Amino acid sequence: MARISRREMLKLSGGGAVAARAGGIASILALKQAPAYAQATTIHWLRWNDFVPASDEVLRKVIVPECSKALGIKLNIEMINGNDIQARTTSAIQSGTGPDVICALNNWAQLYPESVADVSDVAEEIGKAQGGFYEESRVVANDGKKWIAVPWCVLGAQLAYRKSWFAEIGYDAPKFPQTWEEYREAGKKLKAKGRPLGQTVGHSFGDPPTYAYPYLWSWGGKEVEADGKTVVLNSNATVDSVKFAVGFWNDAYDEGGLAWDDSSNNRAFLAGTISSTLNGASIYLEAKRKPAVYLTETGAPLWQDILHAPLPKGTAGQFGYHLPMSNMLMKYVKDPKAGKEFLRWITSKPVYQAWFDSQQGYSVGATTVWEQDKLWDKDPVMLPFRTAARAGRFPGYAGPADRRAAEVLSKYIVVDMTAKAIQGMPAQDAVKWAHDEVARIYAA
Amino acid sequence: MAVDSVAAARPYVAAPRRGPITRVLEHEPWFAFFLLLPTAVLLGLFIAYPFIKGVLLAVTDAKVGVPGNFVGLQNFAVLMNDSIFRIAVWNTILYTAVTTVFKLALGLWLALLLNRHFRAKALTRAFVLLPFIIPTVLSTFAWKWMFDPTFSVINWTLFHLGIIRTRINWLGDPGLALISVMIVNVWRGVPFYAISLLAGLQTISPELAEAAAIDGARPWQRFRYITWPLLLPVTMVVVLFSVIQTFADFQLVYVLTGGGPANATQLFATYAYQIGVGTGLLGEGAAISLAMFPVLLVVVVVQLLYIRRVETH
Repeated sequence: MARISRREMLKLSGGGAVAARAGGIASILALKQAPAYAQATTIHWLRWNDFVPASDEVLRKVIVPECSKALGIKLNIEMINGNDIQARTTSAIQSGTGPDVICALNNWAQLYPESVADVSDVAEEIGKAQGGFYEESRVVANDGKKWIAVPWCVLGAQLAYRKSWFAEIGYDAPKFPQTWEEYREAGKKLKAKGRPLGQTVGHSFGDPPTYAYPYLWSWGGKEVEADGKTVVLNSNATVDSVKFAVGFWNDAYDEGGLAWDDSSNNRAFLAGTISSTLNGASIYLEAKRKPAVYLTETGAPLWQDILHAPLPKGTAGQFGYHLPMSNMLMKYVKDPKAGKEFLRWITSKPVYQAWFDSQQGYSVGATTVWEQDKLWDKDPVMLPFRTAARAGRFPGYAGPADRRAAEVLSKYIVVDMTAKAIQGMPAQDAVKWAHDEVARIYAA
Repeated sequence: MAVDSVAAARPYVAAPRRGPITRVLEHEPWFAFFLLLPTAVLLGLFIAYPFIKGVLLAVTDAKVGVPGNFVGLQNFAVLMNDSIFRIAVWNTILYTAVTTVFKLALGLWLALLLNRHFRAKALTRAFVLLPFIIPTVLSTFAWKWMFDPTFSVINWTLFHLGIIRTRINWLGDPGLALISVMIVNVWRGVPFYAISLLAGLQTISPELAEAAAIDGARPWQRFRYITWPLLLPVTMVVVLFSVIQTFADFQLVYVLTGGGPANATQLFATYAYQIGVGTGLLGEGAAISLAMFPVLLVVVVVQLLYIRRVETH
């Protein structure tokens, strides 16, 4: 990974003189001295353990020393399991002390609007400089009045599939099932060969909702109307989607998916027990990282037999839900100026570039400028991730991604609606159950 | 020499002067107070304060970072209409009842075995404690692997022994998921029962059983009429602790299933966590936690009364 010198960063950040007059990071660098408020300041940044370990290495080995040099801020990065971040956030907010910056997945920031600093100035600046944020990144980090977090990235969710196995049933690459019906038929043939599709419908924050929501939308189902109040989940479209899902599950899927978490499908795919699964690019990147470990049945490196495709189209269109991440600056922080300066610096293009490169396409930036990055020329297999975030919607659609949407999401109601039907509950009953639960939340 | 003059000739020994600390320490009520103070402070900090805080939170609409307003019993009313909460209540009761019966039966059986004389007794006793010593999260992760729907070592073994023909979806089938979670709980809890009951068994004089044997009592009779009545007070205390722990179990289910699939393994504690932490509704989460209290209170009172009755008789 190339180091970013202060001089390079000054150049890259849009012209030293102009920037120096305008203040901000460039002027700080021009002075060759960290601002007084930032000197000897420590920023504690709480993040998840990345599914791409190389990125965590970049943060530790490149970004931490650069932060010290550029801002005079000692950066302390803590990485924990993604499922544990909310517990840490809650305890930090309630005790009024803890990490200065916390990485939020999904729309978690909407749960803590009173406890985070207004970072509108930083977010607006970043968005303006980098071609604007994706809608998905905006709605999770903006409460309609202000920015409650600075969008960081979007983890693209695509189907990873076995090229040769799909070719055997008539889908020579780049041909891939385009509709749910085609995908079901393909899955049926593959399952008959002992190569089912794989999908988790368990209680885990990543893969279950990123499949269940776009699947529902593609059939025309949704939780609420645009007013954010009228619950419309119990519709013919939703019932149709659930009925289809049950047959689809029995015909094509690995039944174990009911008990899977976010890492189970990775293991199953890499072990060659499933032929296709919705995921970030971590399966492909892991297979590529260890070509001698992950092999096909013919002994060839597995990564050469993996391709990516978006979720199929339904009667209402083709959608995706790509997991957004953003950084919250906590309100209890004594020196928010330093925190903002850090967020401005870490999200600025030259600094972010180092981290973005290390992701190898596993995540796209939260701003559209990253679609044009030269990274995408390196590996055509990663190309479906490049523009994936454009089609991203967020739970709560067609209403806002607010606290109530977050409650529906964290209670896994939409995921469980399908899971209940798969387990034998009549589709109408499962939909009615989910509708009542959502209505109860939106009525509160 | 007159008696008086002898007494006068004795050197005067003044009564030792007692400082305020000595006086307080020699004063029994104050001494008792100081002995109990550290325990009282710890109980206050770690038991009473969280409990009172929980009660106060449960009657507010507090969210993470927002103190909230007093809403009375509204949170409890919300829970009554919450279908997931009802599932959690039923699951928790079933989970506690079934696992307690199995833990008691297996623990007692193990304790009776360990109470016999055999070679490597000390090593065996230490080995039996292992499930209880290993951190819950670590051992539960191992069980998660063993129950894995695709790579389950249990399925592999059963398949190769010819017992099953298709794999068992241990954590994916709604009925089996709760049973699987119970199995892990029993595995983890049996050593606690075994060692506690073993300690109780060792307080029973072997002469009683020997005398009964001479009188012609069979092993089952010796157990039923001598061992079991004497072991009962210890058993009741062990069951009491176990019920409280099991009723509030969290780590095991959280790691194994997260309450899924479709809330099939949702318990009080996991649902309280999901609501309080996952969705930030602290008031509602506290109400779920507090809903456990009356049930546990009844269990504790009944058991303590029973223990007192047993001891009195």
